[in-house]
Amino acid sequence: MTTTLSAESSPATSTPAAPTLLRFEQLGLTYPTPKGPYPVLENVNLEVRAGEFICVIGHSGCGKSTLLNTVSGFAKPTSGQVLLNGQPIQRPGPDRMVVFQGYALLPWLTAYENVYLAVDSVKPELSERQKREIVNDHLQLVGLGTAAEKLITQLSGGMKQRVAIARALAIRPEVLILDEPFGALDAITKEELQEELLAIWNTQKCTVLMITHDIDEALFLADRLVMMSNGPAAGIGEVLTIDFARPRSREDIMEDPRYYELRNSALDFLYNRFAHDADG
Amino acid sequence: MTTTPSSGFSLAQWWKRNRKTILPPIFGIGGFLLCWQLSASLGLTKLSGPLSLWTEERTRELLLYPFFDRGGLDKGLFLHTMSSLSRVALGYALAAVVGIGVGIAVGLNNNLNRAFDPLFQFLRMVAPLAWVPIALVMFQQNQPAAIFVIFITSIWPILINTAEGVRQIPQDYRNVALVLQMSKQKFFTKILLPSALPYIFTGLRISIGLAWLAIIAAEIVMPGTPGIGFFIWDANQNGYVSDIVLGVIWIGAIGLILDRFMAWIQTRLAVGR
Repeated sequence: MTTTLSAESSPATSTPAAPTLLRFEQLGLTYPTPKGPYPVLENVNLEVRAGEFICVIGHSGCGKSTLLNTVSGFAKPTSGQVLLNGQPIQRPGPDRMVVFQGYALLPWLTAYENVYLAVDSVKPELSERQKREIVNDHLQLVGLGTAAEKLITQLSGGMKQRVAIARALAIRPEVLILDEPFGALDAITKEELQEELLAIWNTQKCTVLMITHDIDEALFLADRLVMMSNGPAAGIGEVLTIDFARPRSREDIMEDPRYYELRNSALDFLYNRFAHDADG
Repeated sequence: MTTTPSSGFSLAQWWKRNRKTILPPIFGIGGFLLCWQLSASLGLTKLSGPLSLWTEERTRELLLYPFFDRGGLDKGLFLHTMSSLSRVALGYALAAVVGIGVGIAVGLNNNLNRAFDPLFQFLRMVAPLAWVPIALVMFQQNQPAAIFVIFITSIWPILINTAEGVRQIPQDYRNVALVLQMSKQKFFTKILLPSALPYIFTGLRISIGLAWLAIIAAEIVMPGTPGIGFFIWDANQNGYVSDIVLGVIWIGAIGLILDRFMAWIQTRLAVGR
């Protein structure tokens, strides 16, 4: 299946100079099960340019997480490949840092120590002072300067997610992978964190792949929205290009008529053309 | 409790608040001792009653003077106990080191686990006393044989719990280590040990009780050296029943203290997490 582009999307809009960083080529992934092989993904083709913000949306169980796991290296494709800078991805590595769904912070360490452990593991050659500076800078960046010495168990969900993001960004990954990072948070914290993430992405310009269930979140954050068809053998159904000017403000894009066109076509995709009860 | 100096009033208050936790064990233990004494006095059993600790002169002396040392084996019970404790400490420390080490290896490597788990499950069912002849044949010497009996009795809970603790490290933490390409040493000290620590301590706590339980079996093989196990064995050979009762009470009390001590360390660790 080729990547079909919707009416709104015009090929190669934003920063035409940016080179391709990630390339999914005829990617397929099949799990062996007692009842025989179960195809999760089939014929996934996508190119992601350096510095792009990509959101992935689709019904639960459609293989979004599996798709991102092929980038992080936790899942191996059974056919096709994923190339990062032209090299096939073999194993997990710090150039593709993950913000895990359950934060995966170590509860016996403080917020500071969690971030420090990552920096120290990935860049052991730096001096003690440099490491400390990096950790403090990134904790500041997510607004956690004062809570740095708190144990993870003493932090709220939103604060934990901030630590997880600080940890991921502190090692300066080429690709930042977020698996439904804000799903468990209340609406206000969620909006705050979306804005912080966007602000940080604007300054660091890493490439972001983010799974979400929230169309508005995707429209606010992403350059492109990848909408997946239903499994088994899910693939990319459609890609929406979201070319609102950056830096974005929630108010501005809500007033833009294109916002509703994009929103409606995403809703149409999810609830009419690929409704969950539809025969997959 | 208030910090006012103990007046009649605050004492009464303290009693009111705590009597529900103090009275039942007093009644329970008192009732048990009473039944025991009655059954002994009525001749229902040949076992001396608790009062015999006082009425038998030899036993009373042992009860009142735990620190005397007339040389050789003629020592107070406290000194016997210390000899036993040092023996237990050695066997238990060995069991902790080997148990945690092998437990981690088995927990990390599924093939090792499949290879050895049946053996561990089998060996841990062997009673301490059964190890005595084997230990004697293996070492040909009393002291190492006794240490080995304590070691082999107490290692299994440490080993099995440590392995389980390592297996229970959440996949998320392992993934963090993978994506950061953490060194083995870092993974070990920053993730594996802290994550498995509660399990390891559960094992250590069960094992300290077992190590202490093994002391009698261990010291049976050590005639002529001081120790609480030997003391009981010796009293048994001589038919001093009230001495045996006293020795058993000492063993129970020390075991209780050891267990409480490990529990205390456990809670201290839990606070620091």
